[in-house]
Amino acid sequence: MSGRLRASLRRLALPAAPLLWLLAFFGLPFAVVVKISLSDPATALPPYTPVLDWDAGLAAWADVLAALDFENYRTLIADPLYLDAGLTSLKVALGATLLLALVGYPIAYAMARAPRAWQPLLVALMVIPFWTSFLIRVYAWIAILKPDGLLNQALIGLGLVATPVEILNTPAAVMIGMVYAYLPFMVLPLYAVLERLDRGLVEAARDLGASRLAAFRTVTLPLSLPGLVAGALLCFIPITGEFIIPDLLGGTDTLMLGRVLWSEFFSNRDWPLASAIAVVLLAVVAGPVVLFREAEARRLERPETGDPR
Amino acid sequence: MSRPHPLAWAALALGLAFLYGPILLLVAYSFNASRLVTVWAGFSTRWYAGLLDNGPLVDSALVTLKVAFASASLATLLGTLAALALDGRRRFPGRPLLTGLVYAPMVMPEVITGLSLLLLFVGLGIPRGFWTIVVAHATFTLCFVAVVVQARLRLLDRALLDAAADLGAAPVTVFRTVTLPLIAPAVIAGFLLAFTLSMDDLVIASFVSGPGATTLPMRLYSQVRLGVTPEINAISTLLIGAVSLAVLGASVLTARGR
Repeated sequence: MSGRLRASLRRLALPAAPLLWLLAFFGLPFAVVVKISLSDPATALPPYTPVLDWDAGLAAWADVLAALDFENYRTLIADPLYLDAGLTSLKVALGATLLLALVGYPIAYAMARAPRAWQPLLVALMVIPFWTSFLIRVYAWIAILKPDGLLNQALIGLGLVATPVEILNTPAAVMIGMVYAYLPFMVLPLYAVLERLDRGLVEAARDLGASRLAAFRTVTLPLSLPGLVAGALLCFIPITGEFIIPDLLGGTDTLMLGRVLWSEFFSNRDWPLASAIAVVLLAVVAGPVVLFREAEARRLERPETGDPR
Repeated sequence: MSRPHPLAWAALALGLAFLYGPILLLVAYSFNASRLVTVWAGFSTRWYAGLLDNGPLVDSALVTLKVAFASASLATLLGTLAALALDGRRRFPGRPLLTGLVYAPMVMPEVITGLSLLLLFVGLGIPRGFWTIVVAHATFTLCFVAVVVQARLRLLDRALLDAAADLGAAPVTVFRTVTLPLIAPAVIAGFLLAFTLSMDDLVIASFVSGPGATTLPMRLYSQVRLGVTPEINAISTLLIGAVSLAVLGASVLTARGR
């Protein structure tokens, strides 16, 4: 064996196992989803008829290509239900991400400016909910938001409303759930950037006569943009495909792609259509995912100490 | 040093109240004597006492723990390898691919990961059950392990590794006697994170599970859909308690590693 070949084999020794594992169980499955999304549904086990038969040989490929009718995708375009679900997903994801940025920024800012000794505790307080069951945290809101729930009891007790307000099973409940569940994902990347921000720059701006607001707008905000972008992507991508929150807190009218995919799969047992929805969802989030990967790679390659940029 | 605006403090206090309020309410109402979940009728632990007699519930809790242990072990091994491979400027073919594959599963909507893995298992003719959940969970949690370990590797003092190598230690010896002890807290923290993420997962497990392998979140979900009950509050409280202990353990370990 040549020395170079051996050296390159040795370099592959560490990455080989995780690389092969992720290719087999994360990369390859997407190819299968695309393949099934082109199949026809059938009353069988598994419930689809394959269009592509890998053993058929090259000659059969012409037939396969000719037989492709993209029926499932045409269904998605033709039925307004799916278009609605797609638009709702985008609207909810964009709205929730914006709301998260507005709510999360002041929190991250206060954390970064808190006394040094408190900061590990504050970070831990932000991280703990992330470790606590997502399902349970969403479920906790049902008891609060339902018509005879704690929020309505409080509102009526305070005399603010006379009759219970309908919140559960509305888009507002979904928004509350999204902001609640994804808040740490927005706050932590923002905090990481704000904490390392050179305060001297803000002080210099203030000394030069900038108002608090002007110093924030021209110095702090632009410098914290990488954290804001990372947080926004970390929220936007999973929210687009979110299932649990719209299912438990949303009404029947809050159809999102994740929920439609789930019901096509589990209730209608239409695996090809569910796959087609997955491909569409994937296309929607592919761009943000690549952006996120780039942002993370850049962050990790930056040296830990010294200039934050 | 300029003090933060009082509004920022208010935002922090409100934010924490928002994050913890619902969880604390849930915990409080799990000790409610009344079956009516929003009417307080005195302190009671009756809902906890009933949990152990619920056979299917105990079974699914055991399945969940076994899945979490197996998948977290696998994820820790693979994730640590990935972190070591991606550390520093190590060059190897497929490095950009591995970086992408490590970051994508963390943000990928769970319905996509779940559905695609299920279709893979069906396509390969693999019977669904305990092990398919383990494989699925190991796949998405290994990325979190990799990120945690990678963060620790970046803080590692390279001089220590160089010193060991200069003193004649073989790369394997350097790893065993210097690198591994130094990253051990992060590896354990990564294991605990993978464990809790696996315990918590509903969506992916629902897709890839088969008969006889019902996890606790799957059972909870089917009951939650029917409404709020004090029993669910009690299980939730136990889960929150267990996870809080794990987080505390992990943070003590990471703090000691610094």
